[in-house]
Amino acid sequence: MPSLKEFRIRIDSVKSTRKITSAMKMVAASKLKRAQEQAEASRPYAERMAVMLQRIASAVQGGASAPKLMAGTGSDQKQLIVVVTSDRGLCGGFNGNLVREVRRKVRNLLAAGKEVKLICVGRKGRDLLRRDFANLIVGSYEGIGGKKKITFAEVQPVAEKVLALFEKGETDIVSLFYNRFKSVIAQIPTDQQLVPFVAPDAVPAVEPQAVYEYEPDEEAMLAELLPRNISTQIYSAILESAAGEQGARMSAMDNATRNASDMIGKLTLRYNRARQAHITKELIEIISGAEAL
Amino acid sequence: MSTIVFELVSPERLLVSRAVEMVTVPGTEGDFGVLPGHAPLVSSLRVGVLDVRTDAATAERYFVAGGFAEVSPERCTVLAEEAIPFSEMDRAKVEAEIKYYQDALLVTEKEDVKAKFKRRIELAEVKLSLLAH
Repeated sequence: MPSLKEFRIRIDSVKSTRKITSAMKMVAASKLKRAQEQAEASRPYAERMAVMLQRIASAVQGGASAPKLMAGTGSDQKQLIVVVTSDRGLCGGFNGNLVREVRRKVRNLLAAGKEVKLICVGRKGRDLLRRDFANLIVGSYEGIGGKKKITFAEVQPVAEKVLALFEKGETDIVSLFYNRFKSVIAQIPTDQQLVPFVAPDAVPAVEPQAVYEYEPDEEAMLAELLPRNISTQIYSAILESAAGEQGARMSAMDNATRNASDMIGKLTLRYNRARQAHITKELIEIISGAEAL
Repeated sequence: MSTIVFELVSPERLLVSRAVEMVTVPGTEGDFGVLPGHAPLVSSLRVGVLDVRTDAATAERYFVAGGFAEVSPERCTVLAEEAIPFSEMDRAKVEAEIKYYQDALLVTEKEDVKAKFKRRIELAEVKLSLLAH
């Protein structure tokens, strides 16, 4: 049985842990609001972009002139996966869940004899993936998520890297893994294919339309629009992930605070019992001492 | 008068989404007006002014810095890289922006960063000239 002093120290330490976790919960809650607003504000752009491309794609498809970024290289030998995670931990299974999905996919691809490359956005994902696939990581970025406001320009280097790899013929298929922000307690690990172009599930299917006129010509237009789409999708994934991170952290810290409260309750009970036992023992000693006289 | 559904979106937010009478879009190959029933068209944008006429009396102007426009007979979607309503533009702010990037230009060494800053300055100067009249 630990002494009374030991109990008091334990209780104090759990109390200060509770203070920290509840403060982190508050911080995450206020950051969440901002991140959520930004993620939601950027959704229309990414969606409209996908719709626009889909319409153009349905008009162009089948033509030999379709650019590689849209139609693909015709092979699926070399795969590139962009993994968007957070820079910081203490957010529950947020990064772990996503990385587990990525690991499964990478293993499947490797087993099928494909070549896999990884680009990590966010420190946690890189750290987790480095354990198993250190030699597959071709690029990693950190310090993008978790800030007050994420600008489009900050995300550009990631997209440029992806495009450079594609141009050099070092990848045939590019996919993007990130946590989609569904609600504060639900973040859904999502696998989105970037190259060749496929419309995300969120976008309703559109009927093929009349042929478009292009200004300037179709080729120049698509050459501009397709890279733009990739950076847009990456940008929106990073925003979703940033909002999801705060949501995940908020619920993780909420749980931690509740657990700490439970623990304090239990410890206090044991402390009081021990105190009573102690008093009883002293009383018995006094009484038996008095009787002996 | 009939209307056309117009949407103006920038990566940061959705600026306009409503029915309007006419839009004038600054395309790379010249400005073009979009009225209901326009032929399907996809165009890239240059830096310039986008005019939106909701009805005969009210018109709004937006500064747009590149992007894309997609037009169909009943819809016009503009995806701008940057879009700011004229009402939110402020001379002093733009001047401060130019100053900021000029200072930043002096301290950076990297060529690609320099090019980026130069582009920001050019954009800001266009904004200034647009604000002048």
